[in-house]
Amino acid sequence: MTSSNPKRYFLRGAQDALPFVLVIVPFALLFGVVATEAGLNVAEVMGFSVLVIAGAAQFTAVQLMTENAPTIIVILTALAVNLRMAMYSASLTPFLGKAPVWKRALVAYLMVDQAYALSQIKYELEPELTVPERFAYYIGTVVPLAPLWYAASYIGAVAGTQIPASFALDFALPITFLAMVAPALRTIAHVAAAATSVVLALLLTWMPYGSGLLVAAIGAMIVGAQIEGVMARRART
Amino acid sequence: MSMDHSVVWIVIVSLAVGSFLIRFSFLGFIGDRPMPEWVLRHLRYTPVAVLPGLVAPLVLWPAATAGMPDPARLAAALVTLSVGYFSRNVLAAILSGAATLYALLFLLG
Repeated sequence: MTSSNPKRYFLRGAQDALPFVLVIVPFALLFGVVATEAGLNVAEVMGFSVLVIAGAAQFTAVQLMTENAPTIIVILTALAVNLRMAMYSASLTPFLGKAPVWKRALVAYLMVDQAYALSQIKYELEPELTVPERFAYYIGTVVPLAPLWYAASYIGAVAGTQIPASFALDFALPITFLAMVAPALRTIAHVAAAATSVVLALLLTWMPYGSGLLVAAIGAMIVGAQIEGVMARRART
Repeated sequence: MSMDHSVVWIVIVSLAVGSFLIRFSFLGFIGDRPMPEWVLRHLRYTPVAVLPGLVAPLVLWPAATAGMPDPARLAAALVTLSVGYFSRNVLAAILSGAATLYALLFLLG
């Protein structure tokens, strides 16, 4: 019989997450820079990075605030960007649902794309892991990421206003998002959802304050889910 | 640019609470009960439903060029998307997109 060994899995998680440092650090630096140029002070930048701790949603919120969108639209759209985490939460539940509530709360606060992706794969490949080992692995994956996320946001915020326009930092955000989306285009349903999102968002730019994006996103989710349903029925017949 | 700092903090706190509740949702309140299939099926598409629509206008009509389509930025977006799609590697996609952008900005002046 093998005894439970959370420490080993903690270290494994940290090791597996190391490559993502190369993504997290520039992304956080960029957030600090972009947010500072939009007029946020250092405390506000850190408020975002420490309390919200969700890059894509943070960028979305800052982008919409610079467009002078109403506060409620800023909040709703940024939260829509984070809705994917409800799916992460759902798919982690069978593996971590039995952990004590404070551990589940900590997992929730630290739920970032990389921690989710690494942990989900690990849990499926090694179903014999105990709940403390799974928790240790998950925490391990965020240990190299979260502190660097805070630190790089801070550096970006402090250095922010000194970066010249010729660096074309405006385009770092589109590149980062496209790079995150492209590998997720795994099925026809994903491609159709993405295409719907683009077409509707472009057609609906006349709608006030980015509310077109919310409509486009809802439409795209429905298209993706419908196509998945059709494909599943076809596969069965 | 000026920002209303009390509004910024309202956004930060709302997003902090809202994001936590989204993340905690199933893990915290459902525990290990199963979830309706149709909910999961819609949630699966949130990243590909939100991010492309957010990026599309920034790619086609960048603010940095006063909303005029820009060959360097369009090419960088295409390269990022292709490399990301075929390599499934986020970092490779970011680096090749950035390289394309800087190379073309340099060449096209």
